[in-house]
Amino acid sequence: MPVEPHVTSPRTLSEAYALLAQQPHRPVAGGTDLLVQITGELGDPPDRVLDIWHLDELRGIAVDGDALVLGALTTYTEMRRSPLVAEFLPALSEAAATIGAAQIQNRGTIGGNAANASPAGDTLPLLIACDAELVLGSERGERSVTAGEFWPEYRRTALAADELLLRIRFPMVGDRQVRFRKVGTRRAQAISKVVMALAWRGDDGTAPWRDVRLALGSVAATPIRAGATEAVLDGASPDQSTADRAASTLAGELNPIDDVRSSADYRRAVAARVLHRLIREAGGW
Amino acid sequence: MSFRFFVNGDPVEVEVPGMRRLLDVLREDLALTGTKEGCGEGECGACSVLLDGAVVDACLVPICQVDGTSIRTVEGLGAENKLNDLQSAFLETGGAQCGICTPGMLMAAEAFLASGGPSDEDSIREAIAGNLCRCTGYRKIVEAIAQAAEQRRAADPHPA
Repeated sequence: MPVEPHVTSPRTLSEAYALLAQQPHRPVAGGTDLLVQITGELGDPPDRVLDIWHLDELRGIAVDGDALVLGALTTYTEMRRSPLVAEFLPALSEAAATIGAAQIQNRGTIGGNAANASPAGDTLPLLIACDAELVLGSERGERSVTAGEFWPEYRRTALAADELLLRIRFPMVGDRQVRFRKVGTRRAQAISKVVMALAWRGDDGTAPWRDVRLALGSVAATPIRAGATEAVLDGASPDQSTADRAASTLAGELNPIDDVRSSADYRRAVAARVLHRLIREAGGW
Repeated sequence: MSFRFFVNGDPVEVEVPGMRRLLDVLREDLALTGTKEGCGEGECGACSVLLDGAVVDACLVPICQVDGTSIRTVEGLGAENKLNDLQSAFLETGGAQCGICTPGMLMAAEAFLASGGPSDEDSIREAIAGNLCRCTGYRKIVEAIAQAAEQRRAADPHPA
């Protein structure tokens, strides 16, 4: 049997904060990353685990003012079934449906995806493209970090040792459009070769785009924004010449690696192709 | 640590480390070896069981999170010496060959049938997308699930 680290299961958030203030713990939510790491002996197992599954303060999907707010323990199944997510952020329903299969969707959480900080985390580009804010808490109080600042380097987050990720706020911007695409070896159970989220503001159809955000996963050590490509798209209409320029800019801008899941060349080519297609679909040509 | 939950309707209590996998508790501590270990990393679905009705990989669930829940395993599908309709359908269509994936397939299919949604081929294939089979090519498994869905609909055309 795999090693079985010591685990504590607090029933309230304040109990959890107190434990984290005393000594570092590795939090476990749905377990779909941590149990794989322990069983597969990927790195040293944690000395102490904090089981946050029973913290109901971290559950729920709600609209709060001008934001859609998801508790960190919201599962992919809950995102897929949520009428609020379907209404205000359908790209997130779509993303949740591409992650794992039923078994993983019933256990994996949006907070776990963010805190695990894999460069292939499927929801992370969406958080970045939507200007999401991650709300962190500890005995010292709460603070917000933007998604663009939450993953500073490979497998690192902005979380301090005594902090928990509590919830994620997606600002609701009336005329913002968001698209999501994932490329893997098959539709289910695949770790991404490239995952992309594209957001912009503008009227439907061929009106020029504003506030363009293009975020990608699996192409760098962290999820990233493609700033040069965003600059090409900002102020442009989604026509064929824009798509051509944006796709070639993206291919030049990305610097992915070869690894077991894909090659750098393939990742560059497929990212450019996926972006081209998203622009074409938006432009209706 | 002590954890109490239900397995196939019966209350159980185990005294084990909290990070022990549900899979190991079922197989090693409770001697319920119907649930199989394939990959041990959430890829193959051989260890699929139902946790409060939702299909999960038992290799990815620490027992501390099972406290207070109801688990259903393949041992809970039929009665003693009597297969349930889904198991019979797998037998009739040839949906079971070597048998390693079968308990997990059955549990994923059982969750799908209980959800009461549409049972077209795409929906069935999505429901078992987390379960690998290296023998059947899936076609006979899909047929078995479709057959069981049809039988349940015929038996209870207006489920609550």
